[in-house]
Amino acid sequence: MAISINGQEYPLPEDPRTSLLDFLRREARLTGTKKGCDHGQCGACTVMVGGLRINSCLSLAITHEGDEITTIEGLGSLTSPGAMQEAFVAHDGFQCGYCTPGQICSATAMLQEIAAGWPSDATQDLTATPSLTDEEIRERMSGNLCRCGAYPNIVAAIRDVAGAEA
Amino acid sequence: MSVHLKQDQPDNRNVLDTMVQGVIGAALPRPEGLMKVTGTASYAAEYDAEGLLEGVLVTVPIVCGEITMIDEASVLGMPGVVAVLSDERMTGRPAQGMAGEAPFQPAREVRYWGQPVALVVATTFEQARDAAKHLKLQWRVEDAPLDPKTAETEENESTRVGDLAHAMADAAHTVDVVITTEGHASAAMEPHAALAQWDGKALTVHASLQMLKFNRAELADSLNLDESQVRLLSPYVGGGFGSKLGVSQEVVAASLAAIQLGRPVRVVMSRQQVFQTIMRRSETHQRIRLAADAEGKLTGFGHEAQVSNLPGEDFAEPVLQSSQFLYAGDNRLLKLDLARIHRMTAGSVRAPGEAVGVQTVEQAMDMLAEKIGIDPVELRLRNIPEKHPAKDKPFSSRKLAECLRKGAKAFGWEPRPRTPRHTREGEWWIGTGMASAARVHSVVEAKARVILRPDATAVVETDMTDIGTGSYAILGQVAGEMLGLRPDDIDVRLGDTDLPPGSGSGGSFGAASCGSAVFLACDGLRKELAKRLDIASEDLTLKDGVARWDGGEKALNEILGSEVIDCVGHFEPGASTEDVTVSSYGAFFAEVAVNRWTGETRVRRMTGAFGIGRVLNARTARSQCLGGMTWCIGNALTESLHFDPVDGHLANCDLAEYHVPVHRDVPDLEVLLIEERDAAASPIQAKGVGELGLCGGAGAIANAIYDACGARVLSYPMTPDKVMAAMPKV
Repeated sequence: MAISINGQEYPLPEDPRTSLLDFLRREARLTGTKKGCDHGQCGACTVMVGGLRINSCLSLAITHEGDEITTIEGLGSLTSPGAMQEAFVAHDGFQCGYCTPGQICSATAMLQEIAAGWPSDATQDLTATPSLTDEEIRERMSGNLCRCGAYPNIVAAIRDVAGAEA
Repeated sequence: MSVHLKQDQPDNRNVLDTMVQGVIGAALPRPEGLMKVTGTASYAAEYDAEGLLEGVLVTVPIVCGEITMIDEASVLGMPGVVAVLSDERMTGRPAQGMAGEAPFQPAREVRYWGQPVALVVATTFEQARDAAKHLKLQWRVEDAPLDPKTAETEENESTRVGDLAHAMADAAHTVDVVITTEGHASAAMEPHAALAQWDGKALTVHASLQMLKFNRAELADSLNLDESQVRLLSPYVGGGFGSKLGVSQEVVAASLAAIQLGRPVRVVMSRQQVFQTIMRRSETHQRIRLAADAEGKLTGFGHEAQVSNLPGEDFAEPVLQSSQFLYAGDNRLLKLDLARIHRMTAGSVRAPGEAVGVQTVEQAMDMLAEKIGIDPVELRLRNIPEKHPAKDKPFSSRKLAECLRKGAKAFGWEPRPRTPRHTREGEWWIGTGMASAARVHSVVEAKARVILRPDATAVVETDMTDIGTGSYAILGQVAGEMLGLRPDDIDVRLGDTDLPPGSGSGGSFGAASCGSAVFLACDGLRKELAKRLDIASEDLTLKDGVARWDGGEKALNEILGSEVIDCVGHFEPGASTEDVTVSSYGAFFAEVAVNRWTGETRVRRMTGAFGIGRVLNARTARSQCLGGMTWCIGNALTESLHFDPVDGHLANCDLAEYHVPVHRDVPDLEVLLIEERDAAASPIQAKGVGELGLCGGAGAIANAIYDACGARVLSYPMTPDKVMAAMPKV
């Protein structure tokens, strides 16, 4: 019974009640993933499972046997930050910093979803390839709350990274 | 070495402008930014300790009464459970901002629905959470008033000048309107959390708090400890917005458990507990009366408000704060009443007072402009008073007119009388609205130590917090400018009560207060360097670690050798902010689309122009304004605490039901920072920025809704149902 987090194997917890979020923060000591509501309402706990973003608070750790989890710590470090992390710093895409790891994980996975052609509520033509408009970014990031109100700067950071990738 | 200043006189020297390092005001990135984006900045709950136990607070589903029995045996046999605490010293409420003493005790005396009364401690969080749900309690219930409309009220504050009723009767144009606002929650993203450790003599607590010197006193008083036995650490705080001003229940509970059990204990509130037990902004019921002559000059100004709080709490949402001086009018009646009801404690939520008191006046001003038939911007410009309208006090620097004019220009405001329903795009009515912004300025006693090393590096130390506001950035910039150092070479250490006591983060006073303390410390260090060079400190230029003066230059290590020097700056507010009216000002412009069939409002764009004194960092100041304007959108359209009228519980106690703005609710926002130096505000000529962006902007959105579709909604938030009900039928 093991789970892979940022490429490293961890034994799954004994208590079946342990959420993936608590497992990451407590057993794995990866506290970059944040607990804001524990009810899937704020997005601060967003991580990627097999490349797809989920709210880790809504998922029990033991259901992830064999899964590959990527957390904020897997996207870059102080000495080698990822492109999205650098863009958030450059655009001041955060203030208190608590929702930030979730925003960055969410944004990273969100760009993949657009690239894969997944439509959203903001997509005008459901049969066409979605384009990377600000409205698409805002709609797809709306599960990640930021009470400090850094939204315009977060969108600017994502726009920058998406532009560089395109 | 230390330098003390009680500021009794305005400081027009603008010392920071005479420095040459060129970093003050610069839009530099936050020094702690990389830590936040990589998840390596640690918040209160994220520390570890040997033998750490987990505590979960137990709350009760009654509004008022007393806990008569806590059946510890009902959970002590459950797996992992270590203890049940219901100590007399447990606190039932958070402390009010700057209280400096224990909040309400004992917790078993219940005064609002969801009050914490006990703590269950277990080996793991899952065990403690389960046991907390199973703890058997008995209580006695008392009747208590729940409805602010029918509760008894006390007069809290009043100003009467001239005869408003007479002015209203004689006026060419009048507005007399009642506008209501609902309760708000701070809803900081990081839930309140504490990790307490007791070594037998002293307590160390990692906590999420805004004002450590006050919190230390509050915690020590709650526990009957000496302040010297308490150390608080809050280097990173996941948002505050007032909710972490005073020591909260989990801090006291975790500390008591750690002392009693002799092991470290962590207590984190659930999101629901944060909503149910931490401060709310009171709902308000406001009547605004405006009397104007034919030219639109105000002859009368009335603002009466009713707010609420728990019995025994002194705080009353200061709705009238800026109404005292924002606009002219010789005949004035301002009155604040406080109703005593049993909802959770009312206290400071970002910009207490102005956050709900300016937008209503700004709606009334919009109605007056329509009656007179003049441009709403022009009406504001005609009513900027020459001196405080009720006191014989001049104003310090005031950029209201400039904000109105520059904001209007940047936004593309059309200067004309407003007539609604001028533009429609498909099913959306499009309209624009504007409002003034005002927020009183204050400063608070603060100390900071600056350590200068011969290798041209420095350390800034204070117990000040950075709650996302930019303290780490701006304090380094003040020191860098004064000492001629690159901010990268300055280590700013915050959030530890072992460091000199700063102001704490609250009331938008943190930057001006602590920035002034750092400024004074650096002034002391400059004098010391000048003394060693045998020159006057005014003749000393410091840049990039080199001292220059007329006829010479020396690197810092040549002056200091191997010596490290330090100075504590001690700033105290004095008469400079008492003899004049000091406030930050601004102007908001908003464009909205209102759906003609559903009443849904979307904010399409918004411009804010702000005069905040000296800008210390253009990037973090702008971000503060973006945050405030985002709060305006929530305030105008979605945010409302809903209380059950029968049993008094908060019905929407989570982030799915209490609607803070999300990404898609917030368009690109334009921020103009108006160049200003306010000599009376602080020795660094800076005022506050954290709250101003929220003070009035919801009124601009309300006025834009009217301009778009003709619905004059007099109740915040302006949800689709209210917009539909107010929309003209034709």
